[in-house]
Amino acid sequence: MTKTARTTQPLKRDAMKLKKDIAVSETGFIFNPATGDSFSSNSVGLEIISLLKTGKTQKEIIKTITAKYNIKSLEFEKDYDDFISQLNGFNLAEKLRK
Amino acid sequence: MKNMPRRKITVAVTALNAIDSPGPGMAVIRALRASPEFETRIIGLSYESLEPGIYMKDMVDKTYQIPYPSAGSDVLFARLKHIHSREQIDVIIPNFDSELLNFIKIWEKLKQIGISSFLPTLKQLESRDKVNLYHFCQKQKFNTPKDKIIYKISEINKAVEEIGIPFVVKGKFYEASVLNSVEQAQKEFLRLSSKWGAPVIIQEFVNGIEINISAVGDGKGGLLSVVPMRKLYITDKGKAWAGITLGAEDFLDLAKKFARATKWKGGFELELIRSQKNARLYILEVNPRFPAWVYLTVAAGQNQPLSLVKLALNIKTVPYRKYEVGKIFIRYSWDLITDVETFQKISAYGEY
Repeated sequence: MTKTARTTQPLKRDAMKLKKDIAVSETGFIFNPATGDSFSSNSVGLEIISLLKTGKTQKEIIKTITAKYNIKSLEFEKDYDDFISQLNGFNLAEKLRK
Repeated sequence: MKNMPRRKITVAVTALNAIDSPGPGMAVIRALRASPEFETRIIGLSYESLEPGIYMKDMVDKTYQIPYPSAGSDVLFARLKHIHSREQIDVIIPNFDSELLNFIKIWEKLKQIGISSFLPTLKQLESRDKVNLYHFCQKQKFNTPKDKIIYKISEINKAVEEIGIPFVVKGKFYEASVLNSVEQAQKEFLRLSSKWGAPVIIQEFVNGIEINISAVGDGKGGLLSVVPMRKLYITDKGKAWAGITLGAEDFLDLAKKFARATKWKGGFELELIRSQKNARLYILEVNPRFPAWVYLTVAAGQNQPLSLVKLALNIKTVPYRKYEVGKIFIRYSWDLITDVETFQKISAYGEY
């Protein structure tokens, strides 16, 4: 039997940004004026959103959050992916055009 | 600098039924009262003795009962002429779909005796009628759900087959229900046609977010005001009990396109749905008058009833350019207290 060498490539994630009209308050209240939907985020979610708003890349966000909090990079990446997926699902984020 | 004296005007308003499915009258009155431009005397025009607006003396100065629309435009004109002889009405604002035809028929006669209005033309009224809506939208390239116009119960089976399930059954003027079977549609047809008359409309159901737009057309293809709203809480009658103003260019573009296509004259409401399937905006209905939530437009910075009064009086008006997004209205119920002596004045004498 021939062993097939497997190479594990990291998943290429599209760079994301928050849609420009989305309003976010200091308390984590998020409002989409195009749909009237509103959401609330916890403090870490709010930090991620703030970093997205300033145009930070996924790599930079992961670096910032893992430096500040006691969390491993791999663990945070899973949470980050989940959070971005939620932002997409709620129509709050869009792909960054290169 | 001395304050300029405000111009005194008398405005007659219908739809004082501030009930669980309210008419726009009280919201229109509230909007006019909110404006510092005029010193406004409000004459309420009621159909029923228990319309709450009759008894809201801080809002309505005097109320007169008017005949039901089924009595016809001549009877209506005679009654309004009498009321005008007592009150010297400057502007009249009818707010019920079912009475508009009569008011449109007599607007010139009303103008001749001194009562101004700013109403859609008969052609505009008919073009957006539920019976004609699908063809109107196809012609103007607006998205709208398919529909079937039902005059006889025997037509329902085929209509449901063509439209698909679920579907929406709508009355000629008011009411709409989402239903799932021919039997339900037949029962609803009988109920709606006996209440409002035929035809009844069976419309394709589009799943998505309901959005309403209140606007004022200048009669020349332009808009003086446009404010979109999303319902945050919907009653079992499908009415907005709370709503929030929205900001998105495609809502404003659609309203502008509608005004351009129709040269709409007066207040109107677009009932839309943004399809979950394809994100497109579909026109469900076009109401030829202000919605009951029109006071939200005032709160957001665009006093639509005031614009209408100015158009009626031929006062030059600049279109509104901005409004506040995220403004919320929350409707509430309140028990007004009055007494039988007051009640008997409107029910026995037809005025209070």
